[in-house]
Amino acid sequence: MKLHRKTGLRATALGALAVSGALVLTACGSDDNTNPSGEKKPTAASDVKCDGAKGQLLAAGSTAQKNAMDLWVKNFQAACSGVEVNYQAIGSGGGITKFNQGQVAFAGSDSALKEEEVAESQKICKGGKGINLPMVGGPVAIGYKLDGVDSLVLDASTLAKIFDSKITKWNDPAIAKLNPGVKLPDVAIQAFHRSDESGTTQNLGKYLSEAAPADWKHDPKTKSWPAPGGQAANGSSGVAAAVKDTNGAIGYFELSYAKASSISTVKLNTGAAQPVEATTENASKAIAAAKIKGTGNDLALSLDYKTKAEGAYPIILVTYEIACDKGNKAETLPTLKAFLNYTVSDEGQKLLSDAGYAPLPAEIAAKVREIVPTLS
Amino acid sequence: MATATTHTPPPPGPHDTTPPKASAPSQAGDRIFRGLSRGSGITLLVIMAAIAVFLTYRAILAIAENEGNFLTTSEWNPAGDPPVFGIAVLAFGTIVSSIIAMVIAVPVAIGIALFISHYAPRKLAGPLAYVVDLLAAVPSIIYGLWGAIFLVPYLGGLNKWLDQYLGWTYIFDKSGEGVARNMFTVGILLAIMILPIITNVTREVFLQVPRMHEEAALALGATRWETIRMSVLPFGRSGIISASMLGLGRALGETMAVAVVLSPSFIISGRLLDPGGGTFAQNIAAKFNEANEYGRDALIASGLVLFLITLLVNGAARWIIARRKEYSGANA
Repeated sequence: MKLHRKTGLRATALGALAVSGALVLTACGSDDNTNPSGEKKPTAASDVKCDGAKGQLLAAGSTAQKNAMDLWVKNFQAACSGVEVNYQAIGSGGGITKFNQGQVAFAGSDSALKEEEVAESQKICKGGKGINLPMVGGPVAIGYKLDGVDSLVLDASTLAKIFDSKITKWNDPAIAKLNPGVKLPDVAIQAFHRSDESGTTQNLGKYLSEAAPADWKHDPKTKSWPAPGGQAANGSSGVAAAVKDTNGAIGYFELSYAKASSISTVKLNTGAAQPVEATTENASKAIAAAKIKGTGNDLALSLDYKTKAEGAYPIILVTYEIACDKGNKAETLPTLKAFLNYTVSDEGQKLLSDAGYAPLPAEIAAKVREIVPTLS
Repeated sequence: MATATTHTPPPPGPHDTTPPKASAPSQAGDRIFRGLSRGSGITLLVIMAAIAVFLTYRAILAIAENEGNFLTTSEWNPAGDPPVFGIAVLAFGTIVSSIIAMVIAVPVAIGIALFISHYAPRKLAGPLAYVVDLLAAVPSIIYGLWGAIFLVPYLGGLNKWLDQYLGWTYIFDKSGEGVARNMFTVGILLAIMILPIITNVTREVFLQVPRMHEEAALALGATRWETIRMSVLPFGRSGIISASMLGLGRALGETMAVAVVLSPSFIISGRLLDPGGGTFAQNIAAKFNEANEYGRDALIASGLVLFLITLLVNGAARWIIARRKEYSGANA
């Protein structure tokens, strides 16, 4: 019995060691963004105007723009000493909730504020309301893995049928017709979607229901996957990993995930002369076709998913920063304006394409640049 | 503390015999200790009640606007217009995955516990016990990643085999293509995760079997297996049950590992090898981030149901143990 006690104790000690070891390691991992001695690149941050920015700026929202935020925050903090920007990537819904409770200075969101959310924001924005400022765009790539097929062209209609389990084999005539000269194997299609709710899913759904309304009859507004059938994985990274591992798989995720795991992406036949590849430039071209549907200072965009413009990749995601047009908190206002000024500046936007995002088209960026200084 | 209102000399009751004369300081110590322990007990009840009240309040907010039947609808769309959501799929998935986990884990855990306590050479028993303990220290997200990256591809072959030879059982009938992101895989993963707690508690109980029982059995000429069957297992039964219930509690509430491994969909299907299904905790993890205020209330309502199921499981465990008090070495 005594011997046994001892082993129990030792095991506890080992377990405790393992746990505390893990804690120490995680602590290291998440340290770098608060590191005050962030290395200053000589070229970076030259364009940042700090204009009275000080203290802490809290923000929360979309995970889709997290990587862009990380870059911006790093450069901004390096240029303006004593300023801390804290962006929590908790999802668009959570970001909007926090914004409307007055907990954060701005929220990041994959979709523009709904009417009732705008109404709610008037409580926080004294004398004003929440407005949508487009800031980060990006292509949603359709990745696939099919041994022996290096290049694949699909259009909205076949894509809708594939994700709706109407086309189940890779050598289906509809796919063969779009890919003359490509030897398609007799392999079952395994379509992967997101198992969690996501703005990425929502944007793909909007694209499919606008570009192929006859083949995609599901609710375009839902953030959870609407179609029965298919398989799911958690997060963009999960979908990318599942596609990479499975022969015959197809799935959707932000372009950066496809690049990071070297997954082949589908070229889209949009009706333009050449099939369009998912690249950041092609996504910017599609965003340029968007119309502004917001009124006044609100720049909510209505994306043109049916665009046939040459080289415009239409499956795009635009994320907004949501702030008050009037009635921002006095203590964070200078920091908020300085930070948003930086993110929409030429330099801030240029950083985006390195991270797999699409910079805003010049026209829209110019509008955002006009509005940011008017925030009060 | 809360009980500070008690008067120093207790008023003599009607049928009062001579009150025990204790020295003053120890009486004060008794009172403080009684107050402290009562306070702790009450605190616990208050915490539980507060959780229940919070969950119920938020759940009522959500259920009041639900257009579907909360218990029988197999759909989850609280952001829709009108909002429709129900827990049928979640309850089914939670229970099925836990049953698979229990079916796999309990016999294996008893086997390991017996091996460590009665069969293994002393030199091996110690290290083996550490390893089992360490399994419990691995965070669940790690199991999830391991499951998604390593286990899922490997189980594809097992799924095909089960479909081919046991497909006639319906539950192992695989209707289509698809990788092994299904309830069966989740069950295996949960089984591994609940193994250490069941093994450890069971092993403790087995080690408490009175030496005399075993020696008596051996003296009657029983083999080692017969000894175990006649003295160890009957003595440990209530311990095994309570250990299993502890494991079941963990399996019911496991979140991240399931969320990472499962390919969820809102379908109730007994075909374990097809992707689909969902559990309460997995659904909360998957939907919480992007949910709006009302969607969160709906998720909290589903959380309330999980809370009730867990309470029922624990209640059942206590009841089973209470019935077999005579053996009890574990529920003191």
